[in-house]
Amino acid sequence: MIIVAFVSFSLFNFVGDPVNNMVGQEASDERREEIRDKLGINDPIYIQFFNFVGNSVQGNFGISYQLKRPVSVLIAERMPATLELVFVSALLAIISGVILGVYTGINRDTFLSNVILVISLAGVSLPTFIIGIMLIYLFSVILGVLPSFGRGEVTDIGFWSTGFLTMSGLKALILPSVTLSLFQMTYVIRLVRAEMMEILQTDYIKFAKARGIKKKIINYKHALKNGLIPVITITGINIGTLIAFSIITETVFQWPGMGSLFINAVYFVDIPIMSAYMIMVAFIFVMINFIVDITYYFIDPRIRIKEENS
Amino acid sequence: MDWLLNFYGGNNMKKSLSVVLSLLFIGIFSPVYANTLKWSMPGDSLTLDPHAQNEGPTHMVSRQVYEGLVTHDIGMNIQPQLATSWENTDPETWIFKIREGVTFHDGSALTASDAAFSIIRAKTDPSDMVDLIKSIKSAKAIDDLTLEIKTEGPNPILLNQLVQIFIMSESWAKANGCEVSYNWDAGETSYCASAANGTGPFKITLREQDVRTIFKRNKSWWGDQSQHNIDTIELLPIKNDATRIAALLSGEIDYTNVVPVQDLERIAASSAHKINQVAQNRTIFFGMDQGSAELFSSNVKGKNPFADKRVRLAMYHALDMDAIKDKVMRGQSFPAGIITAPGVNGYTKAHDTRLPYDPELSKKLLAEAGYPDGFEVTLDCPNDRYVNDEAICVAAIGMFAKIGVKVSLDAKTKSIHFKEVKEGDPNPSDMYMLGWGVPTYDSHYVYSYLLASDGSWNKVNFSDARVDELTAAMGVETDIAKRNELIAEAWDIVQDNVPYLPLHHQVVNQASKSNVDVHARINNEPLFYFANVN
Repeated sequence: MIIVAFVSFSLFNFVGDPVNNMVGQEASDERREEIRDKLGINDPIYIQFFNFVGNSVQGNFGISYQLKRPVSVLIAERMPATLELVFVSALLAIISGVILGVYTGINRDTFLSNVILVISLAGVSLPTFIIGIMLIYLFSVILGVLPSFGRGEVTDIGFWSTGFLTMSGLKALILPSVTLSLFQMTYVIRLVRAEMMEILQTDYIKFAKARGIKKKIINYKHALKNGLIPVITITGINIGTLIAFSIITETVFQWPGMGSLFINAVYFVDIPIMSAYMIMVAFIFVMINFIVDITYYFIDPRIRIKEENS
Repeated sequence: MDWLLNFYGGNNMKKSLSVVLSLLFIGIFSPVYANTLKWSMPGDSLTLDPHAQNEGPTHMVSRQVYEGLVTHDIGMNIQPQLATSWENTDPETWIFKIREGVTFHDGSALTASDAAFSIIRAKTDPSDMVDLIKSIKSAKAIDDLTLEIKTEGPNPILLNQLVQIFIMSESWAKANGCEVSYNWDAGETSYCASAANGTGPFKITLREQDVRTIFKRNKSWWGDQSQHNIDTIELLPIKNDATRIAALLSGEIDYTNVVPVQDLERIAASSAHKINQVAQNRTIFFGMDQGSAELFSSNVKGKNPFADKRVRLAMYHALDMDAIKDKVMRGQSFPAGIITAPGVNGYTKAHDTRLPYDPELSKKLLAEAGYPDGFEVTLDCPNDRYVNDEAICVAAIGMFAKIGVKVSLDAKTKSIHFKEVKEGDPNPSDMYMLGWGVPTYDSHYVYSYLLASDGSWNKVNFSDARVDELTAAMGVETDIAKRNELIAEAWDIVQDNVPYLPLHHQVVNQASKSNVDVHARINNEPLFYFANVN
């Protein structure tokens, strides 16, 4: 975390001068200098860094240069949108990924399996924004069935604004979440497929077959269960990636989440928002890794057994 | 109504209910037909506080809600707004008569002390308008409907500057804790940043920053209500160009004032949409450092090639702006011969005629100046500020190569580019691209920043004693005819000296549904109180 804080912080010293974006072209040099002083940009870098770390530990990320509102409030406003998007995409990726992965793993070399694999290849190789724009043109411009941007109507539940409770909110969720999940879905399909193929060759499956256990039970109870363990690890870690990927998806669909906030901040050299966002994402990454490690311990008996033996 | 619909719940129910109910209401109150205009641009207003940001989209939103003492009409001529008339009792004193019977959206009446309060607020730090109106010394209400403004020395462009100063309600601002536009030290959000109380033709009823802003017609507006038929404006910012155009084509938005060049043909091909075009108040040009003893990036040492006017002319004749217009700008530019836009006081068509494209003449001029084999120099260019900025630089470099001048490109993001140009950090810029808009619509602005020896953006180090004199004189001369003569003389000198290489005026492109009429203006600011949905 400290390293991320340091790297992100030192990057911002090279992104240019925020003051030029803050004041009009009419501003005098004295006024520019005055603002720099106020923002603390003129302090030596190590002092700036200590101030920054000290403040962010207390949850105080400063005030946005452009919007002139506290960054923590801005991020809290934007977080529900991003988390809902990421949640739905992760769900989509896992469910459809596992189903398709199992299918292609069991029915190798059938026509449908090949079609799924070819399409999933497109999912990895096409950049997110192209997929997003293609979906928009198909479903919004040509078919006119889904909205091309925004989050639809949202309902406020306490501090959390949700799009799950209205029809337009759910409709607006479809295109961005599909776009965002495609890459992960491909990943899961291929992983599950490889695992299934490998496990179906193992001795205990062969033995089960020999015992005459039904194919269905072998496939779904014995093989899939074992195949899912690495999937959980990988998808857990990838949720962090989804949050990072959502920057692009949010920009394409004008999704009012943290990613679009960050992009706007980059455009205006709004350092407080940029650094807060980086720290947040790093924090989420670390937390998810931690949680995944723990769940791994509970899910995979081998880890527990090994420890008990030693 | 809403409680009723919510009470019955269910979306389909809601829809059919609202259809039934609206039919019912049409029956009762006909002919009531609400016109909604959905407007989109890449960014949102940064704040509803009218003095906190001197920035395009922020003013575009404020302009629908707030008004100034005077304003620009569609053709950018000064018109009375909250002031009905004005006079100079002496060159430094202005007396404004405030319009009678104007009320703010909260119902309170507009008085001269509101105007005085707003001007003082706008010229008090941390307002972002401080620099624009720094010539104003004092503003005070003489009686309820008379305002007196005193300036530091005569200021002939005061009215142009006052267009950008919106008038707020003094009591409302004070009651809500926003006497100043923002308090950096307190670190608190000011109420006036997310709520507005102006006198304008629309009032804001819903504000979700970056997501949706809803404006409703102000039924008690003092102006002519019949010149527009808009009941509701919905501002829906969409940053991504492709998505914004898709939303326009799919009918989710009605109008956008920012259209990328590459999508113009597509929109024009759609029978349900149309495009509106006008030259923008922004001219793109190259600057060449002609004042320094030696160029930083050149292979010529001990002297500065750009100091020689023949070299500057050679660079000028080498540029084929028609080719750049066709190939780089897809027809979306007006090649320029002057570094200021049409519509600015002092602009003439004669000055805006380019010298011919003539690379042979360029070579001859270079040889005469002592550089028969050309020289090397670096061109600094932004890559995210102007339309196709980097592509223009790349094309120009190819053209300079034809006359033997070897230009290398240094393209980077705007925040670094402008810092380098302005402060020479990390390296001084020998040659750079800059675009200049003129918010006051007067040449003096161009002179005081770009051409006077002490101009803060005069980074070509152009210096001419007579131009300095004229710049000072046009800043104080209040006799319009005399002042225009000064401006004309100054332009003659500048055009003869070629301190900058003018490239082109950018173009404002707006797109809307065919039945929506919004005028395109050179500052790209829509005036919805002149807009109609047919």
